[in-house]
Amino acid sequence: MQSALTQFSFNRQDFNLILPQLELTLFGLGILLIDFFVEARVKYLNAVLAVMGTLFSGYTLWMLRAHLQIQAEVDPQRPDLLGFHDTLLVDSFFLYFAAIFLAATALVVLLSVRYLEIEDEHHGEYYALILFACVGMMFMASGIDLVVLFLGLETMALSFYALTGFLRRDKRSNEAALKYVLLGAFSSGILAYGFSLLYGMSGSTNIGQIGQMLGRRAMISQMGGLTDWFTIVAFVTVAAGLFFKIAAVPFHQWAPDVYEGAPTPVTAYVSVASKTASFALLLRLFIAVFGATHHSWMYIVAGVAVASLTWGNFAAITQTNVKRLLAYSSIAHVGFILLGLVGGNNTGFQGIAYYLFVYVFMTIGAFAVVIVLRRKGLIGDELEDLNGLYQRSPAAALLLLIFMLSLAGIPPTAGFMGKYYILQSLIETHHPVLAVLAALYIVPALYYYFRIVVHAWMKQPGDAPLPEISAAQTVALTVTVFVSLAAGVYPEPFAQLARYAFAIGR
Amino acid sequence: MGLFENHLLSVILFTPLAGAILLLLVPRAWDDAHRILGNVFGVLGFVVSLPLLARFHAGVAGYQFKESAEWIPSIGARYTLGIDGISFLLVLLTTLLGMISILSSWSAIQSRKKEYYILFLLLQTGMLGVFMALDFFLFYVFWEVMLVPMYFLIGVWGSERRLYAAIKFFLYTLAGSVLMLLAILAVYFNAAKAGAPYTFDVPTLLAAVQQFPDSLKVWLFWGFFFAFAIKVPMFPFHTWLPDAHTEAPTAGSVILAGVLLKMGTYGFIRFSLPLLPADPALRARIIHIVIVLSLVGIIYGALVCMMQKDMKRLIAYSSVSHLGFCTLGIFALTPHALSGSVLQQINHGISTGALFLIVGVLYERRHTRLISEFGGLSTPMPNFAAVYLIITLSSLGMPLLNGFIGEFTILRGAFEVNKAWAAWGALGVILGAAYLLWLFQRVMFGPVTKPENEKLPDLNWREYATLLPLVALAFWIGIYPKPFFRYLEKPVQEIVERVNPGYYKAEPAKLPAAAAETQPAATAPASGAAPEAQPIGTAR
Repeated sequence: MQSALTQFSFNRQDFNLILPQLELTLFGLGILLIDFFVEARVKYLNAVLAVMGTLFSGYTLWMLRAHLQIQAEVDPQRPDLLGFHDTLLVDSFFLYFAAIFLAATALVVLLSVRYLEIEDEHHGEYYALILFACVGMMFMASGIDLVVLFLGLETMALSFYALTGFLRRDKRSNEAALKYVLLGAFSSGILAYGFSLLYGMSGSTNIGQIGQMLGRRAMISQMGGLTDWFTIVAFVTVAAGLFFKIAAVPFHQWAPDVYEGAPTPVTAYVSVASKTASFALLLRLFIAVFGATHHSWMYIVAGVAVASLTWGNFAAITQTNVKRLLAYSSIAHVGFILLGLVGGNNTGFQGIAYYLFVYVFMTIGAFAVVIVLRRKGLIGDELEDLNGLYQRSPAAALLLLIFMLSLAGIPPTAGFMGKYYILQSLIETHHPVLAVLAALYIVPALYYYFRIVVHAWMKQPGDAPLPEISAAQTVALTVTVFVSLAAGVYPEPFAQLARYAFAIGR
Repeated sequence: MGLFENHLLSVILFTPLAGAILLLLVPRAWDDAHRILGNVFGVLGFVVSLPLLARFHAGVAGYQFKESAEWIPSIGARYTLGIDGISFLLVLLTTLLGMISILSSWSAIQSRKKEYYILFLLLQTGMLGVFMALDFFLFYVFWEVMLVPMYFLIGVWGSERRLYAAIKFFLYTLAGSVLMLLAILAVYFNAAKAGAPYTFDVPTLLAAVQQFPDSLKVWLFWGFFFAFAIKVPMFPFHTWLPDAHTEAPTAGSVILAGVLLKMGTYGFIRFSLPLLPADPALRARIIHIVIVLSLVGIIYGALVCMMQKDMKRLIAYSSVSHLGFCTLGIFALTPHALSGSVLQQINHGISTGALFLIVGVLYERRHTRLISEFGGLSTPMPNFAAVYLIITLSSLGMPLLNGFIGEFTILRGAFEVNKAWAAWGALGVILGAAYLLWLFQRVMFGPVTKPENEKLPDLNWREYATLLPLVALAFWIGIYPKPFFRYLEKPVQEIVERVNPGYYKAEPAKLPAAAAETQPAATAPASGAAPEAQPIGTAR
C-alpha cells in the first residue's frame, strides 16, 4: 500500500515542468470568475487578462529554457527534463512549439476584442476557451505518453468545437461547429483505436518503449521477409486520425466549412495553432514511434502530401470567399510541410519547424486583414469586399500584399525560407520528382493569392466604409508583418531557433 | 569617401531602394513631390553608377568591386556582389534606361503617382541586384523580387488587358524560376557532397560544377534553361512577352525590353554555359536544340511582326527576333559570337527601348497604338521623324549604327561554327529590315490620312531628353565600339576557355582574335564606305 502511494505521488519538480500550462489554466479560470463582475463596456479586460496569461506563461517557458541549459551541462547525453513518471518531457522541441502556441494565442486574443464587440458576443468564456485550447496544445507537444497526448489533443479539440460555434445567432457558425464536432470526434476515435493497437502490441503507453518494440518487430519481419500487417494497420489508423487534425487530403473536408463558419479570429486560431499542435504531435509520434520504419511509410506520407498540394491548390483557385480560399490554401501548405517529413533528414525537420513558425505569423496576418474589414452588417470576407482596399486603406493593402507574397513563397518574405528548407531536404534525400512538383505548385498558389491582391489593389472600391484599425489589431498586424518580413530578409536567427527545436547541431 | 569606394556596388544597388523608402514617407497629398523625387533618384541612380566607368579595369580578368558580408551563415548564403565586364555593361545599361524611363513617365502617369515611382525604384534595385549578385541565393532573391513591382507596373498602369498580361507575366516567369531554384539547390548540394563547404558562392560553385558527371550536368542545364528561356524569351516560351510589352505603360515596356530580357541572356552566359556537359556528342545535341530554337525565334518573330496591327505588339515581337540573335551568339560558343551577343544585348536595350519610347510619344498624343490610325506623320512632326528614322535604322542593323556591329559580330562568330546558322540569321536581318521599314513607312510617310494627325505637336524638351542620349549611344557604338569590346574581351575569353577548352588550343591563331576583334570597329569610321568587309579582313 505504501509503495503504491509513493508510486502515484508527484514531487514539486514535476509541477515545475507544467508550470506554463498551469498558469494558463489559472488565468483561464480567473477570466471565467471575473467575467461575472465586469460590465459590458469594459469586457476587454478579459482579453487583457488573457494576454497577461500568455505573457506569464511565456516568461515561465523562458525560465524552463534556463533549466534545460543547466541540465544539458550536467548531462549532455540527456539534455531534457522528464516528469510525472516519464509521461511528460520538457525539451527544446516542446519549448519551441509552446512558444509558437503562446504567440498565436496572444495574437488571436488581440484580434478578437474588436471582432467580438462588433458581433455583440463579448463573453469571458471565449478567452477562457482560447487559453484552455492552448493548454491542450502544450500538452500535445510535451507528452511522451499516449494518454497524455490524447488528453492534450481532446482538450484542444473540445475548446475549438465550442469556439467555432461561438456566434450563436449565426447559422454558418452553428453548422460549422456541428460538422467540426462530428468529424473531429470521428477522427479522435480512429486515433484512439490506433493508440490502442500500439498499446496492445507493446504493453506500454510510453512512446519511446513503443518505438523500440516496433523497431524490433520491423527488424524481425525484415529478416523473415514478412509484412508486419499489425504495424501497418496501427500506422494507418494513427496517421488517419492525425491527418484529420491537420486537414490533409483525403481527410480535409471539414476544413473549408469550419473556416468559413467560425468567427474569423477562431478561424485563424484553428488554421495555425491547432495545425501546428497536431504537427508537433505527429512529429513526436512519427519520429519516436514509427521512426524505424521511415522508409516504408514515407510513400504513404508522400502520397498524402502530393494529394493535399494538388487538391488544396486547385480547389483554392475557384473560391470567392477569402476564408474558404485560405482554408484550401492551408491544405496545400500542409502538403508542403508533410514533404519535409518525407525528406526526413535534419534539413527537413528544420524546414518543418521553420515553415510552421512562419506559417503561424503570415496566416494570422492574412486573417487579421480580413478581421479589420469586418463591420456591423457587413461580413467582409468575400473577395468582393476587398475591392479597392488600396484606396480605402493603403496600409492594410500593403500588409495584405506582404502576407500574400509570404504565403505564396516569394522572396524575400518568410514563406520563401520555409519552402526553401523543405525543397532543399527533398533534393538532399533524392526526391527530385517531388521537389519539382512541390516547386511548380507555387505557381497556381501565386495565382490565387494574387486574386486577393487584384481585388485589393486593382478593383474600384464600392461603397464600403473605411476600415478602422484598433490599437490591439495594430499590435497584432505589426508583429505578424515584422516576422513575415524579418524571417525572410534576415533568416539566420529564426533558422537557429528552428535548429534548436530539433536539437540539430548540438 | 573610403566607405563609398569600398561599397560602390552596394551604393548603386541601394540608391533606388533608398529613394523608394523616402517616397514612402512623403504624404500622398504632395502631388508633384513624388514625380520630382522619383526623377531625382532616377538621375541619382545613374550618377552613382558613373564612377564605375573610371574605376573599372577592362583588362583585368575576374570580378571587380567585390563585396562580401555574412548573411545566412547556417546555410552558407552570403551577401556577395561583384561585376565583370559583362555585368559592368549591363549595370550601366540598367541605370541609364532606368533614369530615362522614369523621366518618360512624367506626364504619362497621372494616377497613383506615389506607388508608381516607389515600384519603379524597387524594380531598379531588383534588376541591378541580379546583375551584381555573386551568390546564388542572393541572385535568386533579386530575380524573384523584381517580379512583384513589374507585376504592379503592368497591372495597375497598363492598358485594357493589363490584369491578364500582368498575371501571365508573373506566372510564366515564376514557373521558370522555381525550376531554377531547384537547380540551384541541386548544384549547392552536389558541390558540397563533392567536398566543398556548403556555400552559394557563384565562382566556387561554377568551378565545382566542372567535376559533376555529365548526366547530372544535363539535368541542371535544363533546370536553369527554362528559367532563362522564359525570361529571354526564346521560342516557344515567348507567349507572355507580346502581352506584357503591349499592355505595360511605356516606361514599363522600355525596362522590360531593355533590361529584364537581358537577365535571361545574362543567366545563359553566366550559369548555363558552364553547365554544358563535357561529352562532345551530348553537348552538340544540346547546343543544336538551343540554336534551332534561337533561329526559329529569329525567323518566326520577324514573320509575326509583319502581321501586326498594333505598333507596340510589333516591337514586342521584334524583341523575340532580336533576342534570338543574342542566344544564337551565346551558344555558338566562339569569342566573336559571345562578345557580339553581349553587345547586341546592349544594342537591343538602346534601340528597342527607344522604339518603345517613340510609341509612347505617339500614344500620349493620340491614345492609340494602331498603325492604321497614323500615316504621314513626318509632315507635322519632322524632328520626331528624324529621331524615329535613326532608331529604326539602328534596330534593323544599318552600318554606322549600333545594331549592325552586334548582329555582324554574332553572325561572324556563328559562321565560324556552322554556315547554315549564319545564313538563317542573315535571313532574319533582312526580314527585320522589312518589317521595321514598312512600319516606318506606314506611320510616317505618305499623306496625312487622319485629320487628328494634322496638328500633332513635335517632340518637347522632355522627350528629346529621353531619346537623344539613346541616339547618341547608337551612333557611338556604331562608329567606335572598341571601348565596349574592350570590356568584354577578358570575361568572354575566360568563359570560352572554361566552356570550350579546346577552342584556343586548336586554333592558336585565334587567341589574339578577341583583341583583334576590336580593330575593325576602330577603323570602321575611316572607311565607312565598305563596312561589311572590315571585320573579317582584320581578324587575320
